[in-house]
Amino acid sequence: MKGIHQKILRINLSDKSHRLDCRDEEFYRTWIGGRGMGAKIIYDEVPVDTDPLGPENLLYMSGGPLSGVYAPATGKTSFVCKSPATGGYGDSNVGGHIGPELKYAGYDALIFEGAAAEPTVVVIDDDKITFQSAAYLWGKGTFETEKILKDELGDDFQIAVIGPAGEKLVYIACIQHDFGRQAGRTGVGAVMGSKNLKAFAIRGSKGVPVADAAALLEHGKQAFANCFAKPGFEEWTPMGTAGVTNWVNEIGAFPTRNFYTTYFPEHEKINGEALLERILRTDKGCFACPTPCGKYSSAAGVLKDGTREETFQVLVEGPEYETIALVGGNCEIASIEEVAYANYVMDDLGMDTISGGNIVAFALECLEKGVLSKEQVEGRELRFGDLASVVYLSEIIAKRQGIGDILAEGVKIAAEKFGHNSQHYAIHVKGLEQSGYEGRNAPAMMLAFMTADIGAHHNRAWAITHDIAVGVDVFEGKPEKVVELQHIRPFFDQMGCCRLQWVELGFELENYPDLFNIVTGEKLTWEDMMHISERVYNLTRMFWVKHMPGFGRSWDWPPPRMIEELVPTGPSAGKKISEENLNWLLDRYYEVRGWDKNGIPTPEKLEQLGLSFCLPDLK
Amino acid sequence: MRVITTKPERCSGCKACQALCALTQFGENNLKKSALKIIGHFPDPGTYDINICNQCGACATICPVQAISDNGDAYLIDATACIGCGLCVSTCPTRSMVQHASTVVPIKCVSCGACVEYCPRRALVWQEG
Repeated sequence: MKGIHQKILRINLSDKSHRLDCRDEEFYRTWIGGRGMGAKIIYDEVPVDTDPLGPENLLYMSGGPLSGVYAPATGKTSFVCKSPATGGYGDSNVGGHIGPELKYAGYDALIFEGAAAEPTVVVIDDDKITFQSAAYLWGKGTFETEKILKDELGDDFQIAVIGPAGEKLVYIACIQHDFGRQAGRTGVGAVMGSKNLKAFAIRGSKGVPVADAAALLEHGKQAFANCFAKPGFEEWTPMGTAGVTNWVNEIGAFPTRNFYTTYFPEHEKINGEALLERILRTDKGCFACPTPCGKYSSAAGVLKDGTREETFQVLVEGPEYETIALVGGNCEIASIEEVAYANYVMDDLGMDTISGGNIVAFALECLEKGVLSKEQVEGRELRFGDLASVVYLSEIIAKRQGIGDILAEGVKIAAEKFGHNSQHYAIHVKGLEQSGYEGRNAPAMMLAFMTADIGAHHNRAWAITHDIAVGVDVFEGKPEKVVELQHIRPFFDQMGCCRLQWVELGFELENYPDLFNIVTGEKLTWEDMMHISERVYNLTRMFWVKHMPGFGRSWDWPPPRMIEELVPTGPSAGKKISEENLNWLLDRYYEVRGWDKNGIPTPEKLEQLGLSFCLPDLK
Repeated sequence: MRVITTKPERCSGCKACQALCALTQFGENNLKKSALKIIGHFPDPGTYDINICNQCGACATICPVQAISDNGDAYLIDATACIGCGLCVSTCPTRSMVQHASTVVPIKCVSCGACVEYCPRRALVWQEG
């Protein structure tokens, strides 16, 4: 099999050693790469009862067989670990160039084990691995850290860093790369911080072995030409993901005021047009991306903090849609410049803007409802719509100061500690804060959040388009669609590709088996790929079963607000989702998946998917 | 001469051109063997440089064994004559020539135009006239 080196680089931070883990081709055929291989490795190697922030957790990174090859958008990379945010299976993907660079250095995956005694930078220069002190970088923001390392090591190194949030083991800490791309979700940055790993840098010169280079050249060029010819190439690219803001608002699914409502009347101040017209400096693409959604912006404004006023001027990649939704609508920040500034602050602190915006909004509602008192935030008048409030809360969360120490562990844990019915304001599934879509008037999207294998994240099944296509009041067929999408979309994270060319341009799925087989020399059909993806989805489900006592149906339940409160305003006004409908969705979903009524994979299903090794963990 | 020129303000830094260049010239998927190079300047000012040969001929002038000559479309390296001294690489005014560990002969743009045809941003264009 080509497209791989059959080498996984394992770096032990405890004793500053490294070794190669060489697996047979069958391993790659079974798990492909990226999150698939990562899920298998952490399933096998991370013991039950492992503290996600202890040295026995692993931090795994891999793109996949297509990572770094000449084909559209082959720059995606997955981080995988036991998640500190949820305690269950965690992964998060990042774009940029670091996944391809790992392949050029001769490795299919990278695993950090153990924990360094002191803050450390690991430098991987082809076969040469060095450990350097990061004492002089500890405490610094992500931007400064990466810039210092770029200047020291050279432009041709690709670098991943954590900020203060990762150092402080904040559960929503991200890993940042390329001055603005983040592996944001599930607290992968905290796992990196727990290993005292401030940064790692990779440079490779070896390329990717390809089964048929001549065919890749022709097919790759044809694939790019195909993308260029799609209407979305010119229409979607200028605004990138921010372009979807108007649509999500118009269908009444835009998180607003801590998911209190689903329509933000001031959305035109923070939408794609505002980004394009007011702050965009340049497009910033991931590796081989024909349609760069990365928008590098320059934003200026005034930060009013009580009686104090400060001007700001920042350069930041974004805001992309999720940040616009969670920091903009959800915190009611009605200015693209201010959303960009909050984006910059959270990026520099090294925290996920999705969970970040969600937790900030949760804290603001807790203050509003009297769950938290003014004294707990140093006497400040914090409120929705106020940039200084967002910045203050971000900083105390990232630095674990005061009440921020509790908020740093996410809304689920914070609500448990705060009490006073605050779980009503905690918008999460499985402990992961919900991303930028509302499900009260979109049952397929709701089900997608409920059953995503990392918690309430949209990218396993962006089913909201299906809700709109077939009707928001329709339930029939939606569980089937969610399952289908949960196999298609995560498979991109096994190959090492971005899915947006398919989603936004309509670049046909049929292209991927051809590309994959040209690169690897295998003969997979699309059906084979979906079977492998289903295997991985069941394995990640079994990770939860294995690691979380009592795991089952109740873990797939949405936040109470979705069931108990009618949407008060906008196009979805008067809507909520009933328990009866939720139960119907889950019953059908489990049936389609071959899981029992409690949402546990059946022995027959596990055996059918080649997961017999999981059978003992059903007990 | 077929000279490629750049519009760096259009570049998104995706480096598809580099992967295509190496695949076209060497049949290898290794952007480190590309005859052009994209360099990002981040976080400030947030711009890209595109280092690509402008067929100025400085390499031919400096080559101690006259291994580089003008074939009408581009300056090309005669691999049988090149001694791999690297003088051309170190003096290239556009910093686009590359000496890769796997080859003696430096890597230089042959003006094939693949990058011009397939740059998603049209940041590489043929020089007019």
